[in-house]
Amino acid sequence: MTEILLKAEKLKKVFTAGKKSFAAVDEVSFELKRGQCLGIVGESGSGKSTVARLITGLLPCTEGKVLFYPSSEGTESGCIDISQAGIRQLKQAYRHMQMVFQMPAESFDPRRTLGDGIGESLRNMGIKGTELKTKVDNLLELCGLTPEFASRYPHQVSGGQCQRAAIARALALDPELLICDEATSALDVTVQKQIMELLIKLRQKNGLSVIFICHDLALVQMFCDRVIVMKQGKIVETGTPEEIIWSPREEYTRNLIESVL
Amino acid sequence: MTKKKRGSSSVYRTGTDSVKIRLIVLTVLAALLLLTALCAKYICPYDPYEQNLLLAKQPPGPEHLLGTDRYGRDMFSRILIAGTTSIFSTLILVSITTVTGTFVGIICGWRGGFVDAFLMRISDLFLAFPSLVFALAVAGVLGGGVQNAVLALAVVSWPKFARLARGLTLTQKEAPYIMAARLSGSSTPALLLRHILPNIAGPVLVTAVLDIGTMMMELAGLSFLGLGVQPPAAEWGSMINEGRSLLQIAPWMSLAPGAAIFVTVLIFNLLGDTLRDYLDPEHKKKRGK
Repeated sequence: MTEILLKAEKLKKVFTAGKKSFAAVDEVSFELKRGQCLGIVGESGSGKSTVARLITGLLPCTEGKVLFYPSSEGTESGCIDISQAGIRQLKQAYRHMQMVFQMPAESFDPRRTLGDGIGESLRNMGIKGTELKTKVDNLLELCGLTPEFASRYPHQVSGGQCQRAAIARALALDPELLICDEATSALDVTVQKQIMELLIKLRQKNGLSVIFICHDLALVQMFCDRVIVMKQGKIVETGTPEEIIWSPREEYTRNLIESVL
Repeated sequence: MTKKKRGSSSVYRTGTDSVKIRLIVLTVLAALLLLTALCAKYICPYDPYEQNLLLAKQPPGPEHLLGTDRYGRDMFSRILIAGTTSIFSTLILVSITTVTGTFVGIICGWRGGFVDAFLMRISDLFLAFPSLVFALAVAGVLGGGVQNAVLALAVVSWPKFARLARGLTLTQKEAPYIMAARLSGSSTPALLLRHILPNIAGPVLVTAVLDIGTMMMELAGLSFLGLGVQPPAAEWGSMINEGRSLLQIAPWMSLAPGAAIFVTVLIFNLLGDTLRDYLDPEHKKKRGK
């Protein structure tokens, strides 16, 4: 279980507006081993979400490489270079890599039902009719929702229910890597706990690897094997959650911890 | 909204319901107009093109509801027949501009960069043309006629929809649900058709319906100037022009087609306004509860 699943090498993303340019992510490198959970923490604007988008190829990297090693067959070399991948390769990667977004209600098309959103990837794989319906229903049940939710619209359900549906959507193709971009930040504490329990259950059951992006160190400590602390686009510290929390080396990390406790 | 009724939620309910009722009434009226235009051939009491100089310039009466024109043709029948031309050429014109403009706008908003800059500069170019001047030029080159009038107006009015659709696409394209759809392996055409288009359709539709009135006026204006529908074919704008010289003797010859334009434009403008109210997020929220 020590095989590498995802490797980020010196990621850099520069946003330009007119003549000004700004490095949102700079020199970010890390490795994620299969079955592990990696936490990325940092204050707002530290580039956490940008990292998530670079890893998934939703944003192109300015520099650096993202190498993804899905175990399943279907990939030629067994490795997909996300930063260089074309549309077809990205589609292949998305069968093994999924993401849960920060704002649950906005991550579903307001004009389509939740079931439609959850089933989208399945439909794109050519699954139709009753088979599609059964799969969507099973996914909803797995995430603690009843099949009736498939016919609801995003504005008709609560944030927590919507986030469960988003997790159901992410799990539709049984991915190996799940990226949670502040997946619990928009939810209140009790719902947050339920979602975390759901994620823990899924990790144990499916052997899912997770990149957990969050600004709450307490959650990260509970959930992750390794933690990366980011500040202004750079990694300032890495280690196990215990190391980070009990003996932080950086002043910045100490401030982050203090602000939680 | 004034609070006439003080009650738990009745204030909101009455507001939404009245919009709904208005929408239904206006839709029915617009449908009636379309139906009349469609069946004009079968319901007009006289042959709209049959001349009878003995009956020329008859005032409105029981025999001829809206009187007759200088050639003794029944005005009521002519207005019905003219409605077919006016309404359907307007609808065709608006459909062309809406579809083309929206298509270009979505492409520009989605692709950005060079494609966007190039197409938007072209649209600026057309936006800068006064439509009447352009129609005159088209008529000069291609000759008069309703097709050329529609063509001229289509060429100068699609940029409006392109701008609108582009702006709306820009607001939607960074939305998380678009990223989620990409992660679900949807191709770009699927994203545009299944997600972007339905989410920008509301404002585009409202603009299109409001545009029906404007375009009808412009087409009638071109026909009035003799650049649109050619006589003897009936069209409201050209009919106003025909009656112009006899305004003091036989005012109904200009007033009747004028009233027809007025009523039609009014109905479509009100429909557009109501549709906007109905699709307004404020109303939607209230409806959801």
